[in-house]
Amino acid sequence: MEDQVIVGLEVHCQLDTKSKLFCGCSTDYRSDGPNTHVCPVCLGLPGAMPVINRRAIEFAMRVAKALNCSVLEESEFSRKNYFYPDLDKAYQITQYDKPLAEGGYLEIEGDEGGERKIRLTRIHVEEDPGRLVHMGNAERGKYSLVDYNRAGIPLIEIVSEPDMRSPREARKFLNKLRATLEYLSVFDSEKEGSLRVDANISIRGSERVEVKNITSYKGVEKALLFEITRQKNLLRRGQKVDRETRHFLEARGVTQSARSKEQEHDYRYFPEPDLRPLRVRSWLENIVLPELPDARRERFIAQYGCSLNHARTLTGELKLANFFEQVVKADPKRLSTLASTWIADTLIGELNYRGMSLDRVEPAAITGLLEILEKGLITDKSGIEVLRVMLDQRLKNESCEPPAAIVARLNLGKTTGDTGAITTAIEEAINENPRALEDYRAGKGGAINFLVGQVMKKTRGKADPGELNRLLTESLKNKGV
Amino acid sequence: MAAHTLSFDPDDRYNAFLTTCSRAEYGTGPLQGIAVAVKDNISTAGIETTCASKILKGYIPPYDAHVVGLLKAAGAAVAGKTNMDEFGMGTTTENSAFGPTLNPCDTRRVPGGSSGGSAAAIAGGMVKMALGTDTGGSIRCPAAFCGITGLKPTYGRVSRFGLIAYSNSLEQIGPMGRTVRDVSTLMGIIAGHDRRDSTSQDRPFSHTLNADITGLKIGIPGEYFGPGVDPEVASVVRKAIGRLEELGATTVPCSIPSMQYALAAYYVTCTSEASSNLARFDGVRYGPAPDTKKPWHEAFREVRREGFGPEVRRRIMLGTFALSSGYYGKYYAKAQVARQNVRTDFTRIFSDVDVIAGPTMPSIAFTLGEKSDPLSMYLADILTVPANLAGIPAISVPCGKVRGMPVGLQIMGKHFEDERVMDVAFAYEQAVA
Amino acid sequence: MVTEHEVQHIAELADVGINKEELGTFTHQFNAILDYFDILDLVKGEQAPKDALVNVMREDETEPPLTQDEVLRNAPATEDGFIKAPRVM
Repeated sequence: MEDQVIVGLEVHCQLDTKSKLFCGCSTDYRSDGPNTHVCPVCLGLPGAMPVINRRAIEFAMRVAKALNCSVLEESEFSRKNYFYPDLDKAYQITQYDKPLAEGGYLEIEGDEGGERKIRLTRIHVEEDPGRLVHMGNAERGKYSLVDYNRAGIPLIEIVSEPDMRSPREARKFLNKLRATLEYLSVFDSEKEGSLRVDANISIRGSERVEVKNITSYKGVEKALLFEITRQKNLLRRGQKVDRETRHFLEARGVTQSARSKEQEHDYRYFPEPDLRPLRVRSWLENIVLPELPDARRERFIAQYGCSLNHARTLTGELKLANFFEQVVKADPKRLSTLASTWIADTLIGELNYRGMSLDRVEPAAITGLLEILEKGLITDKSGIEVLRVMLDQRLKNESCEPPAAIVARLNLGKTTGDTGAITTAIEEAINENPRALEDYRAGKGGAINFLVGQVMKKTRGKADPGELNRLLTESLKNKGV
Repeated sequence: MAAHTLSFDPDDRYNAFLTTCSRAEYGTGPLQGIAVAVKDNISTAGIETTCASKILKGYIPPYDAHVVGLLKAAGAAVAGKTNMDEFGMGTTTENSAFGPTLNPCDTRRVPGGSSGGSAAAIAGGMVKMALGTDTGGSIRCPAAFCGITGLKPTYGRVSRFGLIAYSNSLEQIGPMGRTVRDVSTLMGIIAGHDRRDSTSQDRPFSHTLNADITGLKIGIPGEYFGPGVDPEVASVVRKAIGRLEELGATTVPCSIPSMQYALAAYYVTCTSEASSNLARFDGVRYGPAPDTKKPWHEAFREVRREGFGPEVRRRIMLGTFALSSGYYGKYYAKAQVARQNVRTDFTRIFSDVDVIAGPTMPSIAFTLGEKSDPLSMYLADILTVPANLAGIPAISVPCGKVRGMPVGLQIMGKHFEDERVMDVAFAYEQAVA
Repeated sequence: MVTEHEVQHIAELADVGINKEELGTFTHQFNAILDYFDILDLVKGEQAPKDALVNVMREDETEPPLTQDEVLRNAPATEDGFIKAPRVM
C-alpha cells in the first residue's frame, strides 16, 4: 500500500531497584547533588569490577513473562565499546547476541478498533550512562559537565518489531507498555528521565530513519508526526529519504540530522569477561504475575459495570486503577457508575488542568463527594464546583474541607421544592431576554437551552435540572406561543 | 587498625620501586611487620598507582584492591609499589614509562616482565615477598630471570578486584618470594573468595608444604624442549627434573599440539580485552588533563598519544582490529576455540600425569635493549602462556644457572592443585638447598 | 596486508594517536604480527562447553558510595561538583 507508515520502537525503562545494576550505589539520586551516588564500580575506576544485581534480573524476567517472550537458556552480558564523556568505562555493559529474552508481544487498541498485536524482537538488560550538561558558548568555549549519579542504573530495553502503522499506535504501545511495567512493580513512570525511546520510521518502499532522544510520551507522537510528514514531503517532491540517524528536539518539535563525521559505529561487541553467564529460564515457573492491565480492564467492566472506554482509561495507569477501587470500596454497587464518569472524565481533566498529581487527592474525599451526588443533594454542576474547591485547597496546601462542609458553606444544596426561587429566576430570565422568547416561538430549539443556562446562572447552578426544565417549559407555554 | 610503623628506605639501585613507603604502617597478624612490595597495577588507597604509565601519573585510588586489604589485615607493611612493563604489556620491564628495572644478578640485563620490579625487589634483598600479576607469564618470567620463586595461581583463586585490568580472562595476582615457603605463606593470605569479583572462586589456601613426591608422575612436553629453547637452558632444566626423579617421581613424555597456536590465541585475547579495558583512559576522571578547547576526539587522541607508550598503543590497536566488524570471527572468536583446545590438551595429559614440568623461559635474561622487535619479544612468552590460556596453576622455582644467569624450572598442575604444584617446587628447593 | 591508511583508521577507531613518523614502522610491525595470527585459521573445533560457574549475582542492597570529594579528587577539571569534559561537537 502506498504511503504506508512503518514504525518500530526501542524503549529503555529504568528498573525500580534499590541499588544500581552492577554495584551497591543507591538509585535514589534525583534530589541529591552531582556525583554523590558513585563508587569505584559505577565511576569506572581502573580495577573496579561489576557484580550483577539479582533483583534487576528478576524484574526483567517478570517483564519477559508478562510480554510472552521466550527466555534464552543461557544469556550473557557484552561490552558495547564507544567513546563518550558520559560513558566512564568507554564501554557500556549491555546484552548483545545472547539477550535475556526474545519474541513476545503486546496487544493494543488498533486505530480502527479491535485489538492489534505488536510483536517484540527482544528484551535485554543494560546499564544507564551518566548525565551530561552542555555548557559555555562559542565565545567562551563550549564544554560539558558530567554527573555519574545515573551511571549504572539498571535499564530494561524492549525492542518491538516494526509493526506499528501510525504515531497513534506508537503512543498506545508506549502507554500499554508503561502501564504493564507499572503493574509489574518494576517501573516508576513518574521518575524524571525514567523512560527513553528511539523510534525507527519508514514509509513503505523507502529507507528507514532512526530518531533518537525522545524522552516523553507526548514526544513520541510529536516526533513521529514530524518525521512522517518530513519523509512524505521528500517523497512527494521526488526526492529520496536518506537512511540516517536523527535527533528529536522536543522544544521545537522537530527532528534534526545527527551530524556525525564518523561512519556507522563499530561497537566491537564481545562477552563481558568480568561477568558469568545467566541461566535463569527456570525462574519463569516461580514468577507469579499480578493482575495485568487487560485483565483488570475486563474485571472493571464485569465487576463495576464500567464502559469499555472508562475501563480503559481507569486501568491505563496503576495508580488510577487503585484509586478508583479505593473510592468505590465502601459501596461499589451504589458508587461505581458515578465513580467511573467522575473519575475518568472529570477528575482527570481537573487534575491535568492544575498540573496536579493524583497522589495529592484522598480517595475518601472523592467517595464523600460521590455519596452526596448519589443522594441527589446537589446538581452535577455544583459537584464540579465542590471538586474544584477541594483540589484548589490541596494545590495550595490549605487544610481540606470535607465535601459536605463545602456544600454547606457555599450553599450549594439543590433548590428542590423551592419552586418560588426558580419561578422568579425564570421570569427574570425571560424578561431579560426577549429575543430568546421570540426564537422559542419561532421554533428554534436552542432558545430553551439558552434560557436554561440563564436560569442556572441566577440560581448559581442549584436548580434541579429536571424541575427547571419542567417549570421553564410551562412558563414559556403560558406566555402564549 | 595500624599500630606500628616500619621504616623502609632501601638502596634501590635497580629501579625496582616506583613509590616507596618510607614509613609503612602495619598491624597485627601472621605477616606482622613484614614488608611486602606491591606491583604498581594493584590499587592501593592513598598511594599513587600508575601501572608504570604516564597516563596514570598522579592517580591516587580511593580504594584498596581486595588483596591489599587482606595484606593489611594480616599485619603486613605495604613497603612500596614496584615497577613493571606499562599496563603489564611486556616481558622485560623495559616498557615502563619511568625507566627499566635492572636485574640484580646482572645489571646489564633485564629482570624479566612484566613484574620485573617485584622480582628485583626480592632478588635485590629489599623485601622478602611481593605481589605480582601474571597474564602470560609476568610473574614466572621475572622469577626465572632473577632467580626467585613466583606462582601464577589457578584462575579465580585470587580476587582481581582492584587489579587494573589488562586481560581479564587471563590474569591473576600471585605471590613472589625468595623461597617456596614465602610464596606459600603469601598465597595463604591472598587466596579466597571475594564477592566483588564475579570470576572469583571459593578456594582458600592454607597449606603445609610437603617435600615428599614419591610416586609423583611428571609429564614432559616435547614442545618445551624444542628448537626454540636455548640448549643450555634445556639441559639445566632436564637436570633439575632428574633431581625430582631421584626424589621418587617418574617422568612421562607428552605433547601439547595446541602449542602451535597458543601464542597467537594469547595475543589476540589479551590485546582485544586490553583495547577495551584501556579505552577509559581519557584524562577526564583521572590522568593528564585533556585540552578542553579542542574538540573531543582530538583532545582525547592527544592525551592518549602522549600518555601511552608505543607498545601499549600497538596492543590497543591490535585488539581494536581483532574485535572490529568483519574480523571478530577470524580472531577473537577463533582464539576462544583455541583456548578450549589448549584446555582439552591439558585435561588429556593430566589424566595420565599429576604435574607437567619444563623450562619457564626459552632463554636467560636478555640484555637491555636486546629485544627491540615486538614479535620476537612476544615469542619469548611461548612457554608461559599455555597455563594462562587454560587457567591452571604454574610456578617457577630457580634450578641452576646458565652463563651466570638464573634459570627457572616451571611446574604446572591441574585446576586448583596449586598446593601440589608448590609441593613439587618445595621438594626440588629442599633437595638442592 | 593492512595499509598505512587502514592502520591510521584503526588508530582513530581506538582514539589512540599515531605520529606520522611512527606510522610506517607501526604498519610494518602490525602486518608481521597479523601474519603470525594467521595460524589461528588452523584451529578446528567448536566453542567451549562453558564451565559450571553461572548465575553469580548479588542481593539488591545499598552500600555507602564514595564522597563527592573522593569522586572528584583525581579529576583535573571540575565545576560545582561536576567533572568537566571537552564538548562533543
